[in-house]
Amino acid sequence: MDKPLKETPSQTAGPYVHIGLLPQRCGVTTPLQFGNPSLQNGEAIEIKGVVWDGDGEPVKDVLIEVWQADCDGQFPQGGHANWQRVAGDFDTGEWVIESIKPGRVGNAAPHLTLWIVARGINIGLHSRVYFSDEANKDDPVLKGLSQSDRATLIADRDTNDAAAYSFNIHLQGDSETVFFDV
Amino acid sequence: MTKNVFLNRRDRDWHPRADTPDYKTTRARAPRRPLVYLPQTISDLSGPSFGHGDIAAGDADLFTNYAAPGACAIGQRILLHGRILDEDARPVPNTLVEIWQANAGGRYRHKNDEYLAPLDDNFGGCGRTLSDDKGGYSFQTILPAPYPWPNGPNSWRPAHIHFSVFGRAFAQRLITQCYFEGDPLIPLCPIAKAIPSAAAVERLVAKFDMENTLPFDKLAYRFDIVLRGHAATHFESHKEGT
Repeated sequence: MDKPLKETPSQTAGPYVHIGLLPQRCGVTTPLQFGNPSLQNGEAIEIKGVVWDGDGEPVKDVLIEVWQADCDGQFPQGGHANWQRVAGDFDTGEWVIESIKPGRVGNAAPHLTLWIVARGINIGLHSRVYFSDEANKDDPVLKGLSQSDRATLIADRDTNDAAAYSFNIHLQGDSETVFFDV
Repeated sequence: MTKNVFLNRRDRDWHPRADTPDYKTTRARAPRRPLVYLPQTISDLSGPSFGHGDIAAGDADLFTNYAAPGACAIGQRILLHGRILDEDARPVPNTLVEIWQANAGGRYRHKNDEYLAPLDDNFGGCGRTLSDDKGGYSFQTILPAPYPWPNGPNSWRPAHIHFSVFGRAFAQRLITQCYFEGDPLIPLCPIAKAIPSAAAVERLVAKFDMENTLPFDKLAYRFDIVLRGHAATHFESHKEGT
C-alpha cells in the first residue's frame, strides 16, 4: 500500500556544505558542538582516512557524520554525545575521527556507522567501520559479505600507535567500499 | 515489542541515481557497484537528538545572525517556512533543521567560492532551528541569487537553499535543496534534473505564500520536507489489547 506521502528527494550537499554543517570551518561560530563525541568512558581511538574518487583523487570537500554505541554497546535515549561530524582537510582531504571504541551491540561486532556526503554525491552514502583488532567473524553484517568486501569496512590498527587506525573509503575501483541500502 | 520500529525501504527510483552524467562530478564520485541491502539494526534506527541548548536564540534569523549589531544582511527579505513530516504524514517535532545558502549576489562565505559577486559583511549564510511540536519550522533570510558553476561552458545554479534534516533515526538522515517557484533555471539544472521525475523535482520547489507575507517587511515561501516513514502495518498484525 502506498504511503500518504513520499520522501523528499535528496540533493547533493555541494562544495560549500561546511558553511551549513561545520560553520566554524568558515569563520562562523555557533553554540552547537559538532566535534568529538562527549563519551566519557572507554578506550580513546583515532581513525584517520581519506575518501578517494574513481580518478584516484582525494575527495577534499567530503563531510562525514559518525553515529556509534558507547563502550558498553548502548545507544543513548537522547542527546548527541554519540554523534560527530568530520570533514576532509581542504588541501589533503584527510579527516580524523576521534572517539571512544564502541562496545559490541548484541551480536554485532563493534562498529561506527558513517554517512558520507559531498559535491558529486547525489544521495548520502551509508557505510560502517569495524576494527581489525576485534572479533569480527560472527558479525551478522560482515558474515554476509565476501572476504574482499568485508575488508573494505575494516579499519587497520596502526602498530606504531595503540589507539590509531587508518580507514580509506573508495568511491570506485577494485577496492570500492561497501555502501548500504539501509 | 515496539510497533512499527522499522523504516520504509528508500525508493531509489524516486531519488536521484548516483551516476548522473549531466552533473559531471558524479562520474568519478558515484559508487559503481549496487548498494548492499542492510536489514535495519539499532545502529540505524537510533540517532542523535538536539535541544534548545544546542542552538542560539537568533540562529534562525539570517538577517542578523552574522550581522554587526544593528545591521542587517542585504537582499530580498523572505520568510521560509514549512513542516517536517514523515511518509505517514505525521509531524516530526524537535528535530534539527540546518540551512546554508549563497548571499543576494550568489556568493557563499566559503574559501573555495571565488565568484565575482562580493561577500556581504553582514551575511553569514547559515542558520539552524528545531521543529516545533507540530513539525513546523521557519527561517527569515534573504533570497539567494543564482550563480555560475563549472559544470558545462555556461551552467547556472537556480537560486536555492540547502537543507539538512535529522528525524529520529540515523537512517532518516536527509540533505536536499529548496528551489523557488518560477525560477527559469530549475528545468535547466543538471543537479535538479538528476532527480528522475518532474513530480519529484516539484517537491523541491518552495511555493510563493502570499497569505504569510508580512506587509512592509517580507515575502513568504512555503517548503515542506518529508522524511522516511515507518514500514508496513504487518509488523502490527498482533494487536495488543485494544
